[in-house]
Amino acid sequence: MSVSRESLWETMKEKGYSRREFMEFCGFAAVAAGLGTQATAAVAATFEKKGRPPVVWLHFQECTCCSESFIRGSHPVVADVLLDAISLDYTQTLQAAAGTAAEKCLHDTMKNYAGKYILLVEGSVPTGADGAYCCIAGESAEEILRKAARDAAAIIAWGNCASFGCVQAAKPNPTNATAISRLVGKPVINVPGCPPIADVMAAVVTHILMFGRGPELDALGRPKEFYGRRVHDTCYRRPYYDAGLFVDAWDDEGARKGYCLFRMGCRGPVTYNACSVTRWNGGVSYPIQSGHGCIGCSENGFWDNGPFYRHLPSTPGFGIESTADTIGLGLGIGVAVGVAAHAVTTNIRKRPLIAETVKESSPAGQTEDEGAK
Amino acid sequence: MSKRIVIDPVTRIEGHLRIEAVVENGVVKDAFSAGTMVRGIEKILKGRDPRDAWAFTERVCGVCTTVHALASCRSVEDALGIEVPRNAELVRNLMFCAQFVQDHVVHFYHLHALDWVDVVSMLKADPVAASKIAQSLSAWPRSNPGHFAAVQTRLKKYVESGQLGIFANGYWGHKAYKLPPEVNLIAVSHYLDALEWQKEIVKIHAIFGGKNPHPNYLVGGVPCSFNIDEVNAINTERLNHVASLIKDAITFVEQVYVPDLLAIAGFYKDWAAIGGGLENYLAYGDLPTRGIRDVGSYLLPRGAILGRNLNEVHEVNGKDEKEIREYISHSWYKYGGGDEVGLHPFRGETEFNYTGPKPPYDQLNVEGKYSWLKTPRWKEHPMEVGPLARMLVAYAKGNTDVKELVGVVLGKLDVPVTALFSTLGRTAARGVETQIVAHWMKGFFDELVANIRNGEVRTHTRYHWDPDTWPAAAEGVGLTEAPRGALAHWISIKDKAIDNYQLVVPSTWNASPRDTKGQRSSYEASLIGTPVANVDQPVEILRTIHSFDPCLACAVHLYDPSGKQIHQVQFN
Repeated sequence: MSVSRESLWETMKEKGYSRREFMEFCGFAAVAAGLGTQATAAVAATFEKKGRPPVVWLHFQECTCCSESFIRGSHPVVADVLLDAISLDYTQTLQAAAGTAAEKCLHDTMKNYAGKYILLVEGSVPTGADGAYCCIAGESAEEILRKAARDAAAIIAWGNCASFGCVQAAKPNPTNATAISRLVGKPVINVPGCPPIADVMAAVVTHILMFGRGPELDALGRPKEFYGRRVHDTCYRRPYYDAGLFVDAWDDEGARKGYCLFRMGCRGPVTYNACSVTRWNGGVSYPIQSGHGCIGCSENGFWDNGPFYRHLPSTPGFGIESTADTIGLGLGIGVAVGVAAHAVTTNIRKRPLIAETVKESSPAGQTEDEGAK
Repeated sequence: MSKRIVIDPVTRIEGHLRIEAVVENGVVKDAFSAGTMVRGIEKILKGRDPRDAWAFTERVCGVCTTVHALASCRSVEDALGIEVPRNAELVRNLMFCAQFVQDHVVHFYHLHALDWVDVVSMLKADPVAASKIAQSLSAWPRSNPGHFAAVQTRLKKYVESGQLGIFANGYWGHKAYKLPPEVNLIAVSHYLDALEWQKEIVKIHAIFGGKNPHPNYLVGGVPCSFNIDEVNAINTERLNHVASLIKDAITFVEQVYVPDLLAIAGFYKDWAAIGGGLENYLAYGDLPTRGIRDVGSYLLPRGAILGRNLNEVHEVNGKDEKEIREYISHSWYKYGGGDEVGLHPFRGETEFNYTGPKPPYDQLNVEGKYSWLKTPRWKEHPMEVGPLARMLVAYAKGNTDVKELVGVVLGKLDVPVTALFSTLGRTAARGVETQIVAHWMKGFFDELVANIRNGEVRTHTRYHWDPDTWPAAAEGVGLTEAPRGALAHWISIKDKAIDNYQLVVPSTWNASPRDTKGQRSSYEASLIGTPVANVDQPVEILRTIHSFDPCLACAVHLYDPSGKQIHQVQFN
């Protein structure tokens, strides 16, 4: 293809963005990609190059929440980038063509851009029943994936379904829903979450476009720039945890003061994600900020690490809760033991200080005893 | 000359849908709708904590995210006899409305518009003329020639680049496209505006539920708390944010979506006689104003219409085993008592039984089983569900908001009330509903503020949170409306765990295969008689199928093969 394609900078210029706004966007993209603002110039240079890399987006066993999240990108320019910086050649959610005409888009891109297209996968692949649990155009998901992965320049697994199997892979996994990394025989960037945060999705794609390589990954194949920290460690409610101030019942006084949700089952201490830093929907909130614990949706097998309202992570297969307040409830996750112990010791250590703080911050000197339990 | 055509994948929908249609002399003579993906969520739910079910079932669909969570919470609350505080109901109503408005707008522009709007034709448009037309339609501030020229230039570059992305291989230039270039330009411009706006309205979900898609819900109420003396709760700043989002939503719907809908519909009046399909409509209704048990208080009323008779609305009871039943004669499952019987969801029994061709295949065996969807029936009748069903039930029940706006729309298009029973009517009903629901949001918000002003801030009912307070066995049903239509979850709780869980969802009603008697469901029925000018470019078929806003991930499911008798539980 020798068609002259315009660069992102040209596109933005035509849309009325100033050079300064373009540079601001490059700064945002650099930060979003985990590079820091010092990389802005390099990013700008990348975006000034010509060409829109072809992108193929496959859908298998999913609920389309990843596609929905993808279009929630919070920077106005990001939506433009995704329309103008890439060529989204195949996406069952948005493309105009259907049936044979849509399939032609897929096959043309695979043929004309062999080794050059980026493959995005939403959904897990069911390997049971000879592939009959998920077929598109009469072909099994497994077969479609194998063919599309073969000549892809990079593969991104969107969301927990493609990364780890998600809800359909929860016990007993009736369709043998499988993570795509187990089927393609080449490296996959896992971007888990149910769904992943929109700006994280945009940044992962941007990262590849800018540097011609994927971001650094953790042991589960997740980009460290977004999955390197526990939600708990970056949570604005962390001081309440350290101070032993907890929500003990829904909508209690602690809930109305925004105390820590650990005792309500929050999985923040065992979940690696960007929620408490990047936040959701343009930085408006994240689950804990709106009063519900984290359910750990970026973790492998999180559905079987429940029930969600048991306040300590437990080994799967436990009965339905009866005494959630018993510490040391057959813990299956090492880190949780530390979490619980930490909570107990900080409580004891800080008790006098806490009592004082609570007294000072209460109207008319009313004391509450949440912290002194 | 008869030809069997296959459309797979049907794009611009949620999930995996395959349509096989028999076209004879340019008209669809027969049609078969197949869901080609299955996950098995209900089987996965067995044995889990009922209070977790909302999170599992919410993942049934990420497009109509929230509606399954709501149905699930309600089913558990019904089983355990929990009444949520009014504030929780108001927050749920606000989230419900936000979902409807967002979903309907995204459907119109991003999933449906390209069936009516020729993207390539807009390259010939005169931006000044387009601006004149747009300004005559509404006061939307972006309707200036400069803006339209910029959109046009951007798309020109796109087309000239040779990489058409999502517009590649579209049916551009097909003679079924009838809009003037300027109207196409307006529509494409608003396609981009809608893409920008839709991410704003869902911030209501982020504020009350922490994120979107898949905000958090809670059995017994909602997880957020109100405190107007605290930065760490829903306070005045958060409420202001919600208020401004509602205001912007009303503006967008009234100045962009509805005017576009009317303008475009005016060029396609022939579609008021195409795609009507079934003559029966079902709505569970929602938006309670005096508690979930007071069905008469719902702003969206409950009821069923048979034979398009708007003078009679039948009562609907989700627990009556004679009313709702699912059949599997043409679905890849098997029943212990034979595949010809219909079972109420409380008696569900299912086992995968794939008898279709081994992939890769060219055609399904439509004489036998051909879909992962089961076939639900109401008193043996196939029913259409969705915005049209809701608006018709509301209209027939004399809802003044609905009657008035339907009258305005019919008047502007200069079509009779029977025009509602069509592809065009379905699409228009969705717009009518969006405008009404956007305004209702304002009412719910005002009531919420009034409650807080009066010191009523409760958002959760605590008395049955602890499983130790539960009976040994309980059953419940949660009825609601998804943007795509009537949705219900049935739960059976035993020894503090889920014993049986079932969903019957909107697209199962609409997209299912034939039943035991050979009666077609909505999609198959509505395609009969649809003109198809070019079998290689079946844009007409897409128009009718998209008018239902398909959502297939929901529609396919599996439940536990225990098949036991469940006793009736009374609402009291």
